[in-house]
Amino acid sequence: MNLTVPSSASVSVKDLSLDFGAVSVLKALNLDIAEGEFVVLLGPSGCGKSTLLNCIAGLLDISDGRIFIKGRNVTWQEPAERGIGMVFQSYALYPQMTVEKNLSFGLSVAGTPKDEIARRIARAAEILQIEPLLQRKPAALSGGQRQRVAIGRALVRDVDVFLFDEPLSNLDAKLRSELRVEIKLLHRKLKNTMIYVTHDQIEAMTLADRIAVMRGGVIQQFDAPPVIYNRPVNRFVAGFLGSPGMNFLEGRLEGGEGGWHFAADGISIPLSTYGFERNPQAGPAAFGIRPEHIALNSGEDWPFSMTATVEVVEPMGSDTLVWLLVAGQKFSVRVSAERAPSAGDTVTIGFDPMRASLFDGEAGKRI
Amino acid sequence: MNVATADTAADGPRGRKPRRMLSRRNIILYGTLFVVAVYYLLPLYVMVVTSLKGMPEIRLGHIFAPPVEITFQPWVKAWAQACTGLNCDGLSRGFWNSVRITVPSVLLSIAIASVNGYALANWRFKGAEVFFTILIVGAFIPYQVMLYPIVIILREMGLYGTLTGLVLVHSIFGMPILTLLFRNYFTALPEELFKAARVDGAGFWGIYLRIMLPMSLPVFVVAVIIQITGIWNDFLFGVVYTKPDLYPMTVQLNNIVNSVQGVKEYNVNMAATLLTGLVPLLVYFVSGKLFVRGIAAGAVKG
Repeated sequence: MNLTVPSSASVSVKDLSLDFGAVSVLKALNLDIAEGEFVVLLGPSGCGKSTLLNCIAGLLDISDGRIFIKGRNVTWQEPAERGIGMVFQSYALYPQMTVEKNLSFGLSVAGTPKDEIARRIARAAEILQIEPLLQRKPAALSGGQRQRVAIGRALVRDVDVFLFDEPLSNLDAKLRSELRVEIKLLHRKLKNTMIYVTHDQIEAMTLADRIAVMRGGVIQQFDAPPVIYNRPVNRFVAGFLGSPGMNFLEGRLEGGEGGWHFAADGISIPLSTYGFERNPQAGPAAFGIRPEHIALNSGEDWPFSMTATVEVVEPMGSDTLVWLLVAGQKFSVRVSAERAPSAGDTVTIGFDPMRASLFDGEAGKRI
Repeated sequence: MNVATADTAADGPRGRKPRRMLSRRNIILYGTLFVVAVYYLLPLYVMVVTSLKGMPEIRLGHIFAPPVEITFQPWVKAWAQACTGLNCDGLSRGFWNSVRITVPSVLLSIAIASVNGYALANWRFKGAEVFFTILIVGAFIPYQVMLYPIVIILREMGLYGTLTGLVLVHSIFGMPILTLLFRNYFTALPEELFKAARVDGAGFWGIYLRIMLPMSLPVFVVAVIIQITGIWNDFLFGVVYTKPDLYPMTVQLNNIVNSVQGVKEYNVNMAATLLTGLVPLLVYFVSGKLFVRGIAAGAVKG
């Protein structure tokens, strides 16, 4: 029952719960976002990330908990009173209004003076480079232009917090990567707090100061992208990030005179270099390692190495993915295109368990 | 020539596949359509032709024959001179009564139903589902059941036998189907638009008037068509809830056509019927496409 909110927190969610009838969508969720931070809510569809964003925006009535924005308790406030701007996946531009009217709608509802509206629209149009489009209707704009106008609508309202609900999902791949960079530049320029919902891990990794990985209405891990990527707290986070995903070996964690090692189907991986999160206990466990952390025919000396037969080779342009069988389980290795073997070749793989992740058998928690 | 054919043969078919106009499929298809069209148009043809004939010509009995001598006298008589009861000023009185019934009923019912539909689709207030269910059940209760209770209600309100009372009845009975129509339309609009407007600070009426209304022209046109045709064609409510001076056109038409005294003036009856049907007919012709869309939207009034 601590009522004080850290002064640096821009958005603070306390014990937020949301139930639709008997279905609990968000479960006693806590989230503190610092001033000027870019936070990405990442998770598979149905994990509650968009729901959480809608709760912060005030578009959904919550069942329990409190929401603070800039230290103000906004739990019972209308969306417009919260000092937020929101950008939607479908852009949600008012089709019958010109771009200029779209931008000014919120301001005119709030009764802002005309010259002030004009000044703010000019500024937003300049930042987003949409000046030539101001007199057009949304139907006459391309997808990228529409999304820029949608961002502009949040921009003109001079809000503290920007909320993005999968803003790039409707765009094609090329435009998506362009606008991704633009959003990052925009954040650097404006220094507003931004909360960004996506299921695209590349967007999450590239944009975020911190990523909150969600599943089933619960935040699994909330940390900087490299930490999430390299030290996932559980097996779900480990498997959700990375494309292709992390390789997992099912086996047992065993102690002994040679120190801790991981044993699976005839192989034994020494864990002397592995940084344990907590005291290891012998028992069923999963050993995970990312495809790019495995060396193929390197000729170097690795703490662990073995031979395997190549099953399938997938060239992906910039690099090549090699699928092997290790201890009877499928393993992928990422190699540069020049060094790719052919299917059927016998190769040597090696890696350092320092870069691996170990999860316990029952809960899948990091060891 | 020879070279060309050889080339064609070597390359095989190319471009659009040729279709024969007089294929069996086309003959059956267009033949059926033609027969059905004639079947539906024939009565209309007979009516138009008969209304343009004089009584002596009608008595000859050639109902399909075009008029030998075209006369507009039956039309004039039907509009301005035909007698119903004590009044002998033709259908014109009923026409203006119908206008005075239809216009306010259409406006009132659509104004209320569109707000209903908007609230049900977007605001999901507590009890919205129950309210909606009750409204829809209302659409399935036969009119006969409510006929007499409404007579009593109108009498208690002092509105029995007035146009205001009839307008009220039409507005209420239009509510279930129109609310359903508007709710479905507003539900189909992207929800994010509504959310964006809320973030922009617009309230219940602001969103309705400034965001939703300008986007809803098609559904309003459909609603207007359904209501105009429905209310204009209404006979039952008109005859039950008004008095002879205020009878709508349909009731007056019935009184002219079904009068038992004197000679049956078929030409006047046909002209009167066509005159009464003119308004819905015009509405159909002007807005054919939109009306079809209205039917497709699941809103057909029986």
